[in-house]
Amino acid sequence: MAVQLPPGVQLSKTEDDKIMTLNVGPQHPGSGHMRLIIKVDGDRIVSCDPDPGYVHRGEEKMAEYRNYITNIPHLERPVIHDSCNILYPYVLAVEELLGIEVPERAKYVRVIASELNRFSYILYWLAIYGIFLGHSTMFMWPAGDRELAIDLLDKLTGARVTHAYFVPGGIRNDFPANFEDVCIRQVNYLEKRLKEYAAIFYDNPILISRTKDAGVLSRQDAIRLGTTGSVLRASGVDFDIRTKEPYDAYEELDVHTNVLKKGDSYDRSKIPWLDMLESCNIIKQALEKMPKSGSVRVKLKPNPKGGNEEVYKRVESGRGALGVYIVSRSKPEPYRLKLSVGSFRNLICMPYLLKGEKLGNMPAVYWGLNYWPVEADR
Amino acid sequence: MSSEKSNDTETKPVAKKEITPAEPQDELPKFEKNLSNKITEKFSSNTEITFVKPDRIGIKVKKENIKEVATYIRDELNFDHAESVTGVDYPDEKEIEVVYHLGSYTDPQLERKILSLATRAPREDAPNPGKDSTRLPSLRDIFYSVEFHERECFEMLGVYFEGHPDNRRLLLPEDWADIPPMRKDFAIKGR
Repeated sequence: MAVQLPPGVQLSKTEDDKIMTLNVGPQHPGSGHMRLIIKVDGDRIVSCDPDPGYVHRGEEKMAEYRNYITNIPHLERPVIHDSCNILYPYVLAVEELLGIEVPERAKYVRVIASELNRFSYILYWLAIYGIFLGHSTMFMWPAGDRELAIDLLDKLTGARVTHAYFVPGGIRNDFPANFEDVCIRQVNYLEKRLKEYAAIFYDNPILISRTKDAGVLSRQDAIRLGTTGSVLRASGVDFDIRTKEPYDAYEELDVHTNVLKKGDSYDRSKIPWLDMLESCNIIKQALEKMPKSGSVRVKLKPNPKGGNEEVYKRVESGRGALGVYIVSRSKPEPYRLKLSVGSFRNLICMPYLLKGEKLGNMPAVYWGLNYWPVEADR
Repeated sequence: MSSEKSNDTETKPVAKKEITPAEPQDELPKFEKNLSNKITEKFSSNTEITFVKPDRIGIKVKKENIKEVATYIRDELNFDHAESVTGVDYPDEKEIEVVYHLGSYTDPQLERKILSLATRAPREDAPNPGKDSTRLPSLRDIFYSVEFHERECFEMLGVYFEGHPDNRRLLLPEDWADIPPMRKDFAIKGR
């Protein structure tokens, strides 16, 4: 029973007295560069209000002041560790605007680069997911193995993370000498390692008890909320842009879409792991099928201009569909450029999934969404 | 492309438009054309097809009709979610265009397709977001997935969405006092 306070200092008692508001973030490591305003009753979350925007840098505004080529390096900044995939739709859109046909070999090199990038992105995400669920080994292993994927990309593009490798008309440079052999060797090794991840992490009873039935998203809700990527596929919707609307060399490759039924945090974390296995498969296929020689880039005129039209292109990134919408008004710069990113689209799940969840499940649900705050803020 | 033409005629009353845009090309995307025909048949005088390209259809409607058209697109044409909501500022025409990119997860025929539904709101030179005439009806009741996209559009362009349950800032700082930053008259320093 509450202490009887003297008149004048009595606090008004409301039903909400037992509800406490917590600010998780923006400096809290458990939330990334964003804030979650969480109301708890005991340790049950009553409501969650995501507050992104701490790393908003106005990429879309910046793009209106730069021409189609100088836009390349800054547009990959929202996800530097998945930079090939965030540039991919932009490059495809510009190619459609300018009417460029890309050489066959460049299409395959692009697919290989973007799959390697997806691989290294998911390893990064898995490391964070592991450490926030208290599994330090799962932080160390992917963080270490990621170096191999990064080394490959370093050899290929010349930079460890911010590659700026794709350009309208193809790619910047062809394979370095002996790249195919090194690539096959590393990919085979990584594939073997992934199996070991399953034994130590995905079959771990502690992980299963923490993530099974945490934040269940039904199939209907996944569709209604317009989610994308691993969140959507974990809820039983078979949708992957690589198979549904294949771009570049994906048309000629055999891509398998990984779908799970349950829609809980465990399934959402398992989909990226399955995607990594699929990436290995795609890289091997592409290395086999690609033309062994030929041009990789079509030279553009300086300061190319688009027509009076609008283009919407999308690809599958590490976090789901990534679309770029360009409105062109016969200028060297885009009139309006919009990045429709997977993280921003999945943000809507957060208040929805965390409501009624235990506070201790918050990291499992939050990181299971495969959410990257910097990308969502743009 | 004919989008320039359609922009010029925007201020006039929108009349039924023949599907001319893709005609000069050798092969018409048939499925897309059927889809756009369905919409023009249903809302003959109120909608305008701005382009028909492979896998992409552009529709422009008046803001009074947008809810009706969006409901039809959801219920009859099976588009079930919004991929993005983009505001485009046209200061010369004194209008702000809001484009909804709609897609479908449930209908296998529509998986490749993106339908862009555009509408325009009047634009004021001295914006007062939320209080001036730059308003549009919210589509949140029809496509739940637009919730955060419309919030972003409101703060970035000052388009107030009537009927949206949560018209708050999302990405900008709480003490942002300048005009909405995605408008064309908001200039970046040094550019």
